[in-house]
Amino acid sequence: MSTLSAESAPGAAPRAARDAVPVPRGDGAAELAPRVRLWPALGAVYRAQLSRARVARIPLLFVATFQSIGIMVLLRGVVTPGPGPEAQAVVAGSSVLVVAFVALNLLAQHFGALRASGGLDHYATLPVPPAAVVLGAAAAYASFTVPGVLVTAVTGSLLYSLPVTGLWVLLAVIPLAGAALAGVGAALGLLAPRPELATLCGQLGMSAALLLGVLPPQALPEPLRWARELLPSTYGVEALAATFGPAPAWASVALDLGVCAAVGALGLALATWAYRRAAVR
Amino acid sequence: MCAVRGLVKTYPAQRSRRRAPVAAPVRASDGVTLSVRRGELFGLLGPNGAGKSTLVRQLTGLLRPDAGEITVLGHDLVRHPERAARLLAYLGQESTALDELTVWLATETTARLRGLPLADARRATGAVLEELDLTALAARPLKRLSGGQRRLACVATALVGERPLLVLDEPTTGMDPVARRAVWAAVGRRRGERGTSVVLVTHNVMEAESVLDRVAVLDRGRVIACDTPGGLKALVGDDVRLELVWRDEPPLHLPEVAALSPAARRTGRRWSLRLPPDAARAAVTAVTGGAAFAALDDFSLATPSLEDVYLALGGRTEGLVKA
Repeated sequence: MSTLSAESAPGAAPRAARDAVPVPRGDGAAELAPRVRLWPALGAVYRAQLSRARVARIPLLFVATFQSIGIMVLLRGVVTPGPGPEAQAVVAGSSVLVVAFVALNLLAQHFGALRASGGLDHYATLPVPPAAVVLGAAAAYASFTVPGVLVTAVTGSLLYSLPVTGLWVLLAVIPLAGAALAGVGAALGLLAPRPELATLCGQLGMSAALLLGVLPPQALPEPLRWARELLPSTYGVEALAATFGPAPAWASVALDLGVCAAVGALGLALATWAYRRAAVR
Repeated sequence: MCAVRGLVKTYPAQRSRRRAPVAAPVRASDGVTLSVRRGELFGLLGPNGAGKSTLVRQLTGLLRPDAGEITVLGHDLVRHPERAARLLAYLGQESTALDELTVWLATETTARLRGLPLADARRATGAVLEELDLTALAARPLKRLSGGQRRLACVATALVGERPLLVLDEPTTGMDPVARRAVWAAVGRRRGERGTSVVLVTHNVMEAESVLDRVAVLDRGRVIACDTPGGLKALVGDDVRLELVWRDEPPLHLPEVAALSPAARRTGRRWSLRLPPDAARAAVTAVTGGAAFAALDDFSLATPSLEDVYLALGGRTEGLVKA
């Protein structure tokens, strides 16, 4: 006979499972709680991350600042103070290095650790856009660099007898270089298959920003100069260095900052995609 | 209100760097079917590795099933996993996303991210911290708290902002009895007032017996039984459990002890026997009345627990917690 009982149906569920009472579907679906819009969610993440950074990251900000000031003091012996390109490169490179330390290195570590430990589940089960989590954290880390960059830039200007009148450009350099480096850092942290690799990439990125940013480009061999062009922090360094000169070329400063903004947008978009991929498997 | 049908999830084989397989593929959910009613406190019981967390991760949209259906309040979560966040609150096993925040900020931020406006989020945070007796710890970062207190703070983040379904993965791990009571009271209030349903993952049989309406017993990715704790215990009949703890070596030369020996499950100096009530009474009389009593350190007689059910159903008992 061709009659099949439910019991003998292929892939029949285990006994207890069959006892479970089925619930009617489709009819009368419950109302969904509202989705949280980008800006309020971003604000909440930003606020939480900034407070977290304040408590846990202040010692690291000191390290970042002292590292940069230390490099400037060290190079003071070989670089002549005054409006030469070497002095400008050293001060601008050291200032942007603080951004690289926090936004690239620490953010890569943060997201790497969060991803490895399952911490992303917390955000992934809340109705927030992925971009809010990534941008909120990136913005908090970038904001956190502000005091360190200011202290480094002012100290460097005094140390190398450079004018401080152009330092207002930091208002644009910090957020844009911050966005570029934080985007790269977040993407590294979220894409690295293991947290140790995220840490390693963050450290290497920061080392690259140190070597290629602080040393004047004229002194670098050809291949390193290309590598320098590929590094997003370079454009922040160039923009800041230009404003130490007597007559800054504002068009090229704007162009450099535009590159930072573009890299930032790309990096943050990549990081958002990586977050979405890491959160739901 | 929450139905799971024929859910299958297989983790692919782990490969080492030289492409040699180091672990076989694991079928973590193997045709799981169950349903949770409105207002119900539904438990998933099983030892580590039974597939409990894999199941709730699929329920919360964090993991895609290979096959099967998940329906929560009329929404198909396999097709629309992003809707899970708008229907349920999830308490995972990890708190790393919140560890450096203060208890207040962790709860308030979660409330904001669950869609509450700032003023409402603050009010809800104050209320839930009060409810769980966390107000005194509100200004402390989570990572400075003890394990149980940190877990309680995480429970606060799961409870803040209303959701009709709570999915809690071992919420009371490491908590003292006072904190546990606070959690169950808070969960009970939400069920009573709003008809909130709860899916609870646990490997603690005592807790499962005392708080759950219904339990699905999981073993190796399968639901091996699903009923009320009482109904499950009826499966093992009237058998009671006799525990004997010997001071040293059991006195096997005594006939009354030798008679019990084949049926005993041994853990160190402890013997555990499942016996019909009459036989258990007779055994107690025999070992406490005669020469065996001198060798006996402690004994107890108890009605069947979910652990006995689990054993009777063929589950592996290691990994179940009895306290």
